[in-house]
Amino acid sequence: MTALAWLIPLLPFLAFGLIVFFGRRLPGQGASVAIGALLAAAVFSLLLFFRLLGGAEPIRSTINWLVLGQQPLALGIQVDALTAVMLLVVTVVGSMIFIYSVGYMHGDPRYPRFFAYLSLFAASMLLLVLADNFLFLYVGWELVGLCSYLLIGFWFERPAAARASLKAFITTRVGDVFFFAGILLVFFNLGTLGFGQTFEAVESGHLSGGLLTGIALLLFGGAIGKSAQVPLHVWLPDAMEGPTPVSALIHAATMVAAGVYMVARLFLIFFSSPDHTALAVVAWIGGISAFMAATIAVVQDDIKRVMAYSTISQLGYMMLGLGVLGYTAGVFHLMTHAFFKALLFLGAGSVIHAMHTNDIKQMGGLAKVMPSTYWTMLIGSLALAGIFPFAGFWSKDEILTEAWHNNPPLFYVGLVTSFITAFYVMRMMFYTFLGEPRWAPAHESSGHGQGTVVHPHESPRVMTGPLWFLAFFAAFIGFVGAPFLGSPFGRFVRFGEEAAVPFDLRIAVISTAVALAGMGVAAALYRWRWLSPAAVRRAFQPFSTWAERKYYFDDLYGWTVVRGTVWASRVLRVFDIYVIDGFVNLIGVVFVGLTRLYRVFDLYVVDGLVNLIGWGTKALGGVLRFVQTGRAENYLLVIAIGVILLIIGGLVR
Amino acid sequence: MGELAAFIILAIVTLLPAVVVVTSRNLVRAAMSLIPSFLGVTGLFVLLQAEFVAGIQILIYAGAIAVLILFVIMLTQGGTGTALRQVNEQQLVGGLVAGALTIALLGLLLRTPWPLVAGTLPRSNVAAVGGAFLTNFILAFEISSLVLLVSLVGALVIARREQ
Amino acid sequence: MQVGLNHYLAVSALLFGLGLYGILTRRNAVAILMGIELMLNAANINLVAFNRYVAPGALAGHVFALIIITLAACEAAVGLALVLAVYRNLETIHVDEINVMKW
Repeated sequence: MTALAWLIPLLPFLAFGLIVFFGRRLPGQGASVAIGALLAAAVFSLLLFFRLLGGAEPIRSTINWLVLGQQPLALGIQVDALTAVMLLVVTVVGSMIFIYSVGYMHGDPRYPRFFAYLSLFAASMLLLVLADNFLFLYVGWELVGLCSYLLIGFWFERPAAARASLKAFITTRVGDVFFFAGILLVFFNLGTLGFGQTFEAVESGHLSGGLLTGIALLLFGGAIGKSAQVPLHVWLPDAMEGPTPVSALIHAATMVAAGVYMVARLFLIFFSSPDHTALAVVAWIGGISAFMAATIAVVQDDIKRVMAYSTISQLGYMMLGLGVLGYTAGVFHLMTHAFFKALLFLGAGSVIHAMHTNDIKQMGGLAKVMPSTYWTMLIGSLALAGIFPFAGFWSKDEILTEAWHNNPPLFYVGLVTSFITAFYVMRMMFYTFLGEPRWAPAHESSGHGQGTVVHPHESPRVMTGPLWFLAFFAAFIGFVGAPFLGSPFGRFVRFGEEAAVPFDLRIAVISTAVALAGMGVAAALYRWRWLSPAAVRRAFQPFSTWAERKYYFDDLYGWTVVRGTVWASRVLRVFDIYVIDGFVNLIGVVFVGLTRLYRVFDLYVVDGLVNLIGWGTKALGGVLRFVQTGRAENYLLVIAIGVILLIIGGLVR
Repeated sequence: MGELAAFIILAIVTLLPAVVVVTSRNLVRAAMSLIPSFLGVTGLFVLLQAEFVAGIQILIYAGAIAVLILFVIMLTQGGTGTALRQVNEQQLVGGLVAGALTIALLGLLLRTPWPLVAGTLPRSNVAAVGGAFLTNFILAFEISSLVLLVSLVGALVIARREQ
Repeated sequence: MQVGLNHYLAVSALLFGLGLYGILTRRNAVAILMGIELMLNAANINLVAFNRYVAPGALAGHVFALIIITLAACEAAVGLALVLAVYRNLETIHVDEINVMKW
C-alpha cells in the first residue's frame, strides 16, 4: 500500500519523462502514455480511498533525508482522508481533462509537449497533496506554479499568452514569498519540516500566540497567491489565455485549490491561533473574494473570464467555509467545485472549439447545435448556482450553515454571493445557448449585426464523453454529503472530533430561494427581456463601472507596482550612471594614472635592465663566437693544452 | 736479460709503425702499419703475463678493427688521394702540444713513486679473469654488453643508406 | 737491468703522444680514428702494467683492459659508420671541411 502511495505521483512523472524524450514516437503521440499513467494513478487512489473508507489507519511513509544538527530531516508522504479525497479529485478530474485534451488539442504542433506538461503538472499536484512535510509541499507548490506558467504560455506566440504566463508566475510568486517565509519560521522555531511534529508542537503549546498567528498568516499569504484570492487574484483571469483544458485542470479544479487544500491540511495551525484570528482573516479574505469576483463575473463577456471570476469567487467560498470553522464544508465544496467547474470549463472549451471566439455576445442559440455541450453545461451551471439536488447545493449549504453559526455577517456575504452566482451563470447560459443566434450561419452570405461567419458543430466523442462523465459527478457527487444519508463525507473528512453543525432546513430553503431568485432575475433580463440589461447597468452606477473595471485592481497595480518599478528603475539608472559608474570611473582614472607612473618606471628601469642584460649577452656572444670555429681539431688542441696545464700544475704542486 | 731484450724489441715494434700511422701520406699504408703496432702491444701484454688480454687484442684490434678501418678507407676513396694534403694547418702547433704532453706525461709517470708489490699473477689467469667478470665486475660486464648491442644497432642505423 | 713498471709507462706515454699527434694534425677522419686507437692501446698497456706491478692479485687491470677493448670496438664501429654517413652526405671526410655545425 505504501508503495502504491509512492507510485501515484511517480507514474505521471515517468510519463512526463517518457513524453519529453520520446514524444512523437509514443502511442498517440504521448497522449496515451499520459492518460494511461494518470488512470493507473486514479486506480491506485481509489484503492487507497476504499482502504481508508474501510477504517484502515492513514498511511505514513517517511525517509530520513539528511541530518541537520541533532534532528534528522524526515520527509515522506501520508494518505489520510483529506489526501485520499484530493487524490481522487486530481486523478479522476485530471483523467477526464487529459482525455478531453486529445480532442481539443488535436493538430496542435506541440501536441506531445502539451501532454508532457500536463503529466508533470499531475505529478507535482499529487506530490503536493501527498506531502507530509513542508518541503514536499513547497516543492509541489512551486512545480505546479511552473507548470501553470508553462501551460498558460503554451501558445507563447501570442503576446497576450506570454504576458499572462509571466503575470501569473510573478503574482503567485508574491504569495510564495510569504509562504516560504512561513515555512522558514516553522523550521527556525521547531527545527522540523514535518506536519506531524509541527502539529505536536502546536498542540503542546510549544508554538502559540502571536508567533503562531504570524506563521498562519504568512502561510495563508501563499494560499492567497495560489488560490487567486483578493488582492492577488489578478493573474487568474489573464491565465485564461492558456488552452481551455489547462484552465479546467489547473485554474479551476486542482492547482488553484491547492491554497484551500493547504489551509485545510494545516488547519490546526490556523485553528490554534488565539481567538481564531488567522481563521477570521481567512474567512474575510474568502468572503471579500467571493463577493467581489462574483460581481465582476456579472459584467464579463468572455465566456472563459466569466468562469475565471467564478472560480475566484468559489475559491473564496471555500476559504470562507474553512474560516468559519467549516473544515468539512470547505473541503467538500473544494471537491464538488472541482467536478462542476471542470465540467463548465470543458463545456466552455467545447463552445470555443465550435465558435472560434470567446465572446458570449457573438453566440446564442447554440443549444440546438450542440445539445451534449448544452445539457452538460446546464447541469454544471445548476450545480454552481447551488440548486437542489446538484452537487453545489450540498456543499454551499454546508458552508452557509457553518457561517450562520460562527460568523453571521459572512453568512449574508455568502448569501448575496450565492444570488449573484446564480445570476451570472445563468446570464452566461442564456447568452451562449439560448435566444437568437448572433452569429451568421455559413450559408448566409453576410451575417446580420456584428455576427461572424462560423460553422458551429458538436464536439467529437472524445470531448463530449468526459463532459457527460463529469456531468454525472456534478449532478450526484453532492449526495456523499447529504444529511439525510447521514453525511458520510462529513464522517470521513473531519477536523478532530469536531461535530459538524447540524443540517438546517431553513438555511437550505433560503439559499435555494436566493439562488432561484438570481436565476429568475437573469431570465427576466436575458431571456424574457423585461428590462434592458443596459438600463439595469446604468441604474447600478457606480457599482457597475467598478465591476467593469474589476475594482481597479489592475489599474492600482499598474499605477503602483508597475509604475513604481519603472520609476524606481529610472532613479536607479541615474544612481547607476552617476554614483556607481562614477565610482568605477574614478577607480579607472586612478589606475590609469598609476599605470602611467609605472609605465615610466617600466620603460626606463625595468626595460633598461633587461635591455642591458640583453646587450651584454649579445656583445659577449659576438666576441665569443669566434672561439667556436666548428672544427674538431681546434677543440682537441685546446683540450690537450688544458691537460698539459693540469699536469704541469700537478707537478709544480 | 732476455726479458729486457724482448721488451726493447717489442717497444720498437710498437712505436715505429705507430710513427708511420700518424705521418704517412698514404692512408692505406698508415692503416696497414696499425697491425704491427697492435701486435707489438700484444707482445707487451704477453710479457706482462696477460695472455688472455693479448689474445683478445689480436682478435679485435689486429683483426677486426684494422680490417674495418681499411674497408672504410676504401669506401671513402681515402686510398686514392695520396696527393692530397693529409695534415691540417695546425701541424706545427699540434706537434708541439703532443710533444709537450708526452714530456709532461713522462715526467709525471716516472717521478711518481708507485707502491710496487712483488708477486705473480695467478697461473691460469684466463679462468681468473672470467671469474672476476662474472663476480665482482658483473655490472660492468652487463653494461658493456649492452653498450655493444646499442652501438651495433646504432652503427647499422647510421651507416644504412637512406631509401 | 730488470724490466720494470717505468719501462712500460714510458712506452705507453710515447704511444699516447704519437696518437695525440695524429689526432691533432690529421685531416682525414679515418686517420684521426687511427690515432684514437693508438691512444687506447697506450691506456691498455698502462692498465695491464699497473695490474702486473702494483696489484698482482686482483686482475682488475685485465678486466678494465678487456672492457676498453670492447668499447674500442664499439667506438670504431660507430665512428666509422659516422664517417660513412658524413661522406655520403658531404662528399668529404676531411674534418676541416666539415663545419656545418658552426655558427
